[in-house]
Amino acid sequence: MISALALFLSLQLAGEVIRLALHLPVPGPVIGMVLLLAVLIVRSGPSAELRATSNGLLQHLSLLFVPAGTGVMLHMGRLGDEGVAILAALVISTVIGLAVAGLILHRLTRPTNHERRP
Amino acid sequence: MNTANDIWVYLAASPLIWLALTLVVYRGAQEVQRRGGGHPVLNPVLISVAVLVAILSLTQTPYARYFDGAQFVHFLLGPATVALAVPLHGQLPRLVALWRPLAIALVAGSMAAALSAYLIAGWLGASVATQLSLAPKSVTTPIAMGIAERLGGLPSLTAVLVILTGILGAVAGDGLLKRLGAQDDASIGFALGVASHGIGTARAFQISETAGAFAALAMGLNGLLTAVALPLLLPWIARLLGN
Repeated sequence: MISALALFLSLQLAGEVIRLALHLPVPGPVIGMVLLLAVLIVRSGPSAELRATSNGLLQHLSLLFVPAGTGVMLHMGRLGDEGVAILAALVISTVIGLAVAGLILHRLTRPTNHERRP
Repeated sequence: MNTANDIWVYLAASPLIWLALTLVVYRGAQEVQRRGGGHPVLNPVLISVAVLVAILSLTQTPYARYFDGAQFVHFLLGPATVALAVPLHGQLPRLVALWRPLAIALVAGSMAAALSAYLIAGWLGASVATQLSLAPKSVTTPIAMGIAERLGGLPSLTAVLVILTGILGAVAGDGLLKRLGAQDDASIGFALGVASHGIGTARAFQISETAGAFAALAMGLNGLLTAVALPLLLPWIARLLGN
């Protein structure tokens, strides 16, 4: 577990360095993800330990959003006067984004499902 | 009574109690979702945030003090994001084979979400700064805040909108897509990643590893696409609408 964590943290660090050096708009951890993908391609796959540690972290990915999520308490007041407009825009645009991305991918990858639908 | 108060004052100031509480509340939320048959409305992020906000408000604890403890959990988001490469690698042959449909779905879904948010808020009378803060809300927080700043929006408002969008997508996303007929894990996962970034990706991992891998890919690519495209596209659209 420790060597897998060491690898994740080192690649995150490398991602931060690349982000700062090249002034990229992408966060360091996302660059670290690309770097790890490159490492896995070169090594043709993760070790059992790497896979286990990754599963352990990703199984509880929801937990990791709780501290930042609780931060909404600081800013709820900002919704203020425009709260209704903001909430309507959020709900409708999220539904549109989900539907457009999901339906397009579904139709383009499984054309037969389209014909089977009632 | 006095000693209980002293103990509380001491503990409330230490990170330990807030770290412990974050984990305990999350475990409870997981249990609620499990007993509810895994229903997505019983989303563990939604329940945990609601309970924690209530506790912090009732005890009049400032968020900064809470975060002193919770930051140890928050910190793991970085290595967890890096770890997303492992399921991504597992799906790599499929992702490469599907690159064209994925690219089309990404661009269409990403722009539809960003522009509809911008336009709907405008029609409902929101200020321009609010509209610009809404546009990047489907991408992961650090990217979204950077984009909002560049566009002339309010980054701290964007941070809330990003979280709310993530929770909305995680709660309603897979049910909506199944109803619309997109029932395969790849499409559901990819849509969750495009529309609802990391919180949607966490939901996708609850569905399957395949859904999670497609969500992780969508989240990463959408961050990149939105950061590049929105600052170019929005001023042009604003001019088109005569604002």
